[in-house]
Amino acid sequence: MTTTVEVVKPPARPDGGGTPRPRPGRLRRVGLPYLLLLPALILELLVHLVPMVIGIVMSFRELTQFYIRDWGTAPWSGLDNYRMSVDFDAPVGEALLHSFLVTVGFTLLSVGLCWLVGTAAAVLMQDAFRGRGLLRALFLVPYALPVYAAVITWVFMFQHDNGLVNHVLHDQLHLTDNRSFWLIGDNSFYALLTVSVWKGWPFAFLIVTAGLQNIPRELYEAAALDGAGVWQQLRRITLPSLGPVNQVLVLVLFLWTFNDFNTPYVLFGRAAPEAADLISVHIYQASFVTWNFGTGSAMSVLLLLFLLAVTGVYLALTSRRRSSHAR
Amino acid sequence: MAPPSSFLWSRRIFLTLLTGFVLLPVYVMVSSSLKPLADVTGEFRWLPSGLTVRPYIDIWSTVPLARYFVNSLIVAGAATVCSVVIAVFSAYAVSRYEFRGKRVFTVTVLSTQMFPGILFLLPLFLLYVNIGNATGIALFGSRGGLILTYLTFSLPFSIWMLIGYFDSVPRDLDEAALVDGCGPLGALLRIVVPAAIPGIVAVAVYAFMTAWGEVLFASVMTNDTTRTLAVGLQGYSTLNDVYWNQIMAASLVVSVPVVAGFLLLQRYLVAGLTAGAVK
Repeated sequence: MTTTVEVVKPPARPDGGGTPRPRPGRLRRVGLPYLLLLPALILELLVHLVPMVIGIVMSFRELTQFYIRDWGTAPWSGLDNYRMSVDFDAPVGEALLHSFLVTVGFTLLSVGLCWLVGTAAAVLMQDAFRGRGLLRALFLVPYALPVYAAVITWVFMFQHDNGLVNHVLHDQLHLTDNRSFWLIGDNSFYALLTVSVWKGWPFAFLIVTAGLQNIPRELYEAAALDGAGVWQQLRRITLPSLGPVNQVLVLVLFLWTFNDFNTPYVLFGRAAPEAADLISVHIYQASFVTWNFGTGSAMSVLLLLFLLAVTGVYLALTSRRRSSHAR
Repeated sequence: MAPPSSFLWSRRIFLTLLTGFVLLPVYVMVSSSLKPLADVTGEFRWLPSGLTVRPYIDIWSTVPLARYFVNSLIVAGAATVCSVVIAVFSAYAVSRYEFRGKRVFTVTVLSTQMFPGILFLLPLFLLYVNIGNATGIALFGSRGGLILTYLTFSLPFSIWMLIGYFDSVPRDLDEAALVDGCGPLGALLRIVVPAAIPGIVAVAVYAFMTAWGEVLFASVMTNDTTRTLAVGLQGYSTLNDVYWNQIMAASLVVSVPVVAGFLLLQRYLVAGLTAGAVK
């Protein structure tokens, strides 16, 4: 493998770069990239593009259980499904708006808490101490556990009569007058938030830890020489350096939390309580429980438009900040 | 310079509380799985009144857990292999070649990652039903159909992560192989893939974990024989009793393989995520 060594160290080339090397990205054969992409293209077509086209077509049809077997024959309904979804005075639209607002509030809280806990843990564990490796592995357990296994354990803990939460809060600490219901009623929002943060913060921890490794140690040493304390170093060096990492992290956390179906579904079942009626479960309920696929599709398309808009605005804002930083 | 003790104390307190929060459900899962039924149906007890391994024996007969296990293994395994193999080729194409439509392709792949699963559930459901009606191929309810739906999330993620990872493999390496007379496939398989093994492992672990934990598609797209663990665990609740000790035992049994695998391959995953997300 002498050639490899030669090429890895360009200055050692005897010809001094006289013969042009194949430039990165130069087309070798026109068809080759497409051939390599072919399997992915076929599958993307099958699992993404065709379903999306079907979804959009369905949203303009009056698709109820009578037409499932042959949905091509479902009558066209124009914009009726959309009109129904955004008519906030009628039951369907009102419920959708409510679910949307719950989801936005829940997502902001959950993402904020996940980011805060994950960043705090990563920063506090930046310097080596005894047991750090073990602790790091432990902290990844919620992330590694299968959703249904972890969430079903929380369901058990939130049980009214035989759950740990009520046992601790009511029987042992006497903080509540009665045993509370956690999986129905208004408390369900906090139950969902707890589980979501428990499951979600290790991802923030993982990414921030990775980001911290890219900060040069010299920065801290120089700051320490100048007399900056631990907290000052955190504010002046660590947090600013994490900027680009945080931008990706927050966007990813937002999308995951906003679209999460698994957690509320395992926690509450097919019909979530009103206070914790996340949009994914709401659309599922509208489609597969009340069998109104047309309306469900219209809601999905609206949700998608919202996510595209949020992501677009977010990317535009963060990239502008990045470029103004660079200047 | 040693950090001040105020910092050390806040660190100790915070990390202790966090460890408690993280481990509480794990403790409940493990301890409850060793309790007799009376202990989990009555008031919560921190310690079992008597240790028993009965739940671990009963889980296999209360519901056909072994079958669900095999189903999950086949579905998650096949989805992982498919998405990783296909992603390797397309990520190589994107990372190493200029071609018309490259931007469209990457933007499409990137954006499908943000789409909610529910968006694809309804259309895929209808598509499978229609294909079944038209050709007699039973995609709906079959393992093959489920594997296909799992590619909706594992494929774009794998492609996206591997592009980032292949970009970090020096181009000079595979260009040297091309100069030496390797074909493009030879360069990919002999040089790029071995150099990107950590990234490929990370992608595989991630794809397997998400497929193993997936609930939405599994709950709609499976029937009695193809049901995966995600749906199968619901079988421990009957009209009269909820066998919480068995649920906890089964949860532990289905968690151990993934958690162990994850912790073993943790380094790769962190390295892969760093290349894919941080850069």
